[in-house]
Amino acid sequence: MKIHAYPYNDFVIPFLIGTVLLFAIIIFKYVKWIRRFSDEQRKVIRSNWYSWKIFPAIWEMIREGLIHVRIIKKNLLLGIMHQAFALGWFLLIVVGAIESRDAFFTMQHEQSIEYVRELQQQNGWHVYNTGEDKNPEYLNQRRYRVETEGGIARIEYKRPFYVGIFYRYFVHKAPASFRQHKAYSDLMDALLLYVFLGLTMAMVKIFWSKILGMRRTTKHTLVDRFAKFSLWMIFPMRLLAESVTACLYGNGGFFTQAVGNLFDPMIVRGLETSVWMLYSLMLGVFFVTMPFTRYMHIFTELLLIYFRKIGVTEGDKKTGYTYFELNACSRCGVCISGCPMDKVLENHEIQSVYLIRSLRNQERVSRLKMIADNCLMCDRCTVDCPVGIDLSSLRRMTRDKGKLDTTGNYEYLAKKQTPFNAIGRVAYFGGCMSHLTPGITESMEKIFNAAGQKYWYMDKLRTICCGRPLQQQGFLKQAEELRQKNTEMIEKSGSTMLVTSCPICYQSFKKEYNLNIPIMHHTEYIDMLIKQGRLKVRHDDRKVSYHDPCELGRGCGIYDEPREVLGAVTNLQKTRFQREKSVCCGFNLGNTKLSLEEQTAIRNASLQNLTSKPVDAIVTACPMCKKAFQHATNDYPVRDIAEVVAENLIN
Amino acid sequence: MKKVAIIGAGPAGIEAASILARNGVEVTLFEKSETPLKNLQDKAFLFPNFQSAQEIIDDLSGKLLTDRITTAFGVDIADVKWQGAEWKLVDSKEQTYVADAVLIATGYQVFDAHRKEELGYGIYKGVITSLDMEQMIKHGKILNANGDEPKRVTFLQCVGSRDEKSGNHYCSKICCVTAVKQAIEVRKQLPKCEASVFYMDLRMWGQGFEEMYRTAQEKYGVSFVRGRISEAAGTFDGRVQLKSEDTLMGLPLKMNTDLLVLMVGMEASCGTKVLGKACDISGDYGFIKSVNPHLYDNETGKPGLFAAGTCKRPMSVSDSINDARSAALAIKDYLDTIKIEN
Repeated sequence: MKIHAYPYNDFVIPFLIGTVLLFAIIIFKYVKWIRRFSDEQRKVIRSNWYSWKIFPAIWEMIREGLIHVRIIKKNLLLGIMHQAFALGWFLLIVVGAIESRDAFFTMQHEQSIEYVRELQQQNGWHVYNTGEDKNPEYLNQRRYRVETEGGIARIEYKRPFYVGIFYRYFVHKAPASFRQHKAYSDLMDALLLYVFLGLTMAMVKIFWSKILGMRRTTKHTLVDRFAKFSLWMIFPMRLLAESVTACLYGNGGFFTQAVGNLFDPMIVRGLETSVWMLYSLMLGVFFVTMPFTRYMHIFTELLLIYFRKIGVTEGDKKTGYTYFELNACSRCGVCISGCPMDKVLENHEIQSVYLIRSLRNQERVSRLKMIADNCLMCDRCTVDCPVGIDLSSLRRMTRDKGKLDTTGNYEYLAKKQTPFNAIGRVAYFGGCMSHLTPGITESMEKIFNAAGQKYWYMDKLRTICCGRPLQQQGFLKQAEELRQKNTEMIEKSGSTMLVTSCPICYQSFKKEYNLNIPIMHHTEYIDMLIKQGRLKVRHDDRKVSYHDPCELGRGCGIYDEPREVLGAVTNLQKTRFQREKSVCCGFNLGNTKLSLEEQTAIRNASLQNLTSKPVDAIVTACPMCKKAFQHATNDYPVRDIAEVVAENLIN
Repeated sequence: MKKVAIIGAGPAGIEAASILARNGVEVTLFEKSETPLKNLQDKAFLFPNFQSAQEIIDDLSGKLLTDRITTAFGVDIADVKWQGAEWKLVDSKEQTYVADAVLIATGYQVFDAHRKEELGYGIYKGVITSLDMEQMIKHGKILNANGDEPKRVTFLQCVGSRDEKSGNHYCSKICCVTAVKQAIEVRKQLPKCEASVFYMDLRMWGQGFEEMYRTAQEKYGVSFVRGRISEAAGTFDGRVQLKSEDTLMGLPLKMNTDLLVLMVGMEASCGTKVLGKACDISGDYGFIKSVNPHLYDNETGKPGLFAAGTCKRPMSVSDSINDARSAALAIKDYLDTIKIEN
């Protein structure tokens, strides 16, 4: 004869419904999105699914999904808050599951008929026996007394998955030989306290975000706030439920027992299942709201990190990956603090968090365009995003002006083609903007000559734009036309390397072209020349500050080369906001809506950062930035790195 | 005897000083540089009558030869403060002077053309400013970058004025007619050289200006093109290539020229900005703000502190001198009122 023992109480129903709905909806959505991946993205996923790339992917999933290293590095307190919720809750679930597994293992091992009887009578377990004929004789659930026939009975403890969640209710008294019982309950309490730490910080953040290092927090919608409320209520409810049980049966850890001891057992006795019901209800409500609110990020960000790390990238059009990106945003608001539009212009509506929310909620087009267009595309938010969403691509996509496309505008390009024999030479592409700062192109020619490098100044007289300005404004098709022509010209010339003076062109050539020769920005190129000893420079005694252009720094990750070069020729001063924190000069070509006054305000903020310490000159590496600062000030000379180097050449 | 301090020995400062001196006021004339009339010395001829700048310099300098005027040249006044009963002036060496009234006539400086890098000033030798051109005219040596006689000279209006990007939205007022004047001079000195002027619109506001503009076209064959020059580039033979748009024809334009003359606008001078800030009378773009442009244009809102000339806004030499005369009268009135109060 076999006795089955099954922990069940009606209060688990809301939790069960919530869980089933949650996973049903999530799986439905994920399948839908995965089916919308582009062919290219599918190919990447297929080829990398089992490659070594999954190890860094999994590592980052743990690091950013649970530990939140990136936020911690940026802002310790905020990071701890996020970590407490994510890691704390995750561990509560995992440790709870392990604890129940261990306990059940002991029960199973003990085979104590007295214990099972106790479980049935005190904890309301369902206990029934099955005969050899497998015809279960279902016995009166609650009043059944477990009888053994001739002392031979095998007790089979069933462990449904929810036991870990409601463990303290179902196991009032641990099995006799389960010695780790106390340690487990203390550990679980510690984890609950950890989550409470995060909860407290989150509450403080609402009223006093500065203390958590955030100038401003995200303004959430009503649905989001409701979901947040249900999430926040889960943990106090769990504490309440466990404390009541601890009060009645003394099975709590250091925290729940201490709280439980405050209650009067006579009063709470009748309330026990009710408070557990409340806890389960909160879980259920949260689970059901989750797929429809920002909390969808909990699972999605893990998948996003995985896809991103195995090499999936955002394209020009909305794909399945886009949906993963949109849903991976937790609306943490980290992108708000750095945004110059927020900081300088007090525009609190257009930050990437709101762009993503509007896209996700499919808000009306006019609002979407307003958000997408009011941006410098300086990428400051992209470097801050803890889960690495490609925010600029999302914005570009929203700006897409594909419908305004006019074809046949590019016939003149054919005439512009002047095939040039530049075999073995370095092709130099100054870029349209560098033509407005001839100081840069002149200096580059000097540098090529000083290094004895034969070069082909490919856009000296006739220029075809690299295409990025169109790209950034959302004219994606038109940009492609220009790229094709340039590619053709470069490939036909037979040049061995492409050097550009404009970070905008540089980013375009690097990311949007598919050239078969190395591409360098002149900062990299000069750095290489100096290190190879091909360029002899002297060190002057000027003090300069360096402005990281958005397109070069955040756009292409070139931070060190310009600093090395400047270190070799002059004295570089550090500034407060530098490298990835650099403040856009305000004249980024991604701008479509900002007025000159607004751009000027941002430029002045950037200038202030550069001149907060006394300097003799401001140095940058982008013609756009150079012009922006040049127009602003009579007080400081504004130079490009190439100019500073050309001034310090030793012939 | 009442004492008046005048800061800036330009046309305005000197004219006001001489009128006040003639009216029995003791004047101290401060000037940052060692010689007076610095800006005027850069000029060759003055529009619209092509009078030699030197004559005006001589006449104005002559007015200083009176013992009621004390000149303090090479003194850089850095601060002006009201001290109960009189104004106290402090120079950059911390020396102090006192006066019953102060006239600020610290003038203008020209826009630094390096800031419009796309026009290539300081990069291509063929790109010069209107000041450089004035010097060439003065010395009768209009030469291109290679030291030869130019075949074509191109003037570009509104460099650093009416220009949103450089932050100077205002019209500098005198450059239009100056370009016409210089173009005529170029044609007079080099009859074989072409002269053209790129403009946004020509503002011939003064007496005789419109006639000059007409003469330039009819008699001297100066061509006027409506359009701004977007960029300048050097050519291998030391000339300058311009990219522009002729907005009347609606066509893009590319041309080579020997000399590109940038008509740089007037900005408030350093001294104007410093004193404007120190006395809290600074207005738009660092110029000094008068109480009322119609009736109280020399008053600054601080009793005993007056302003005249181009420290308030761009002005021609003649306007500046007229403004100084009205300032002298306002100061005289002020000195009379405090005499009665005392």
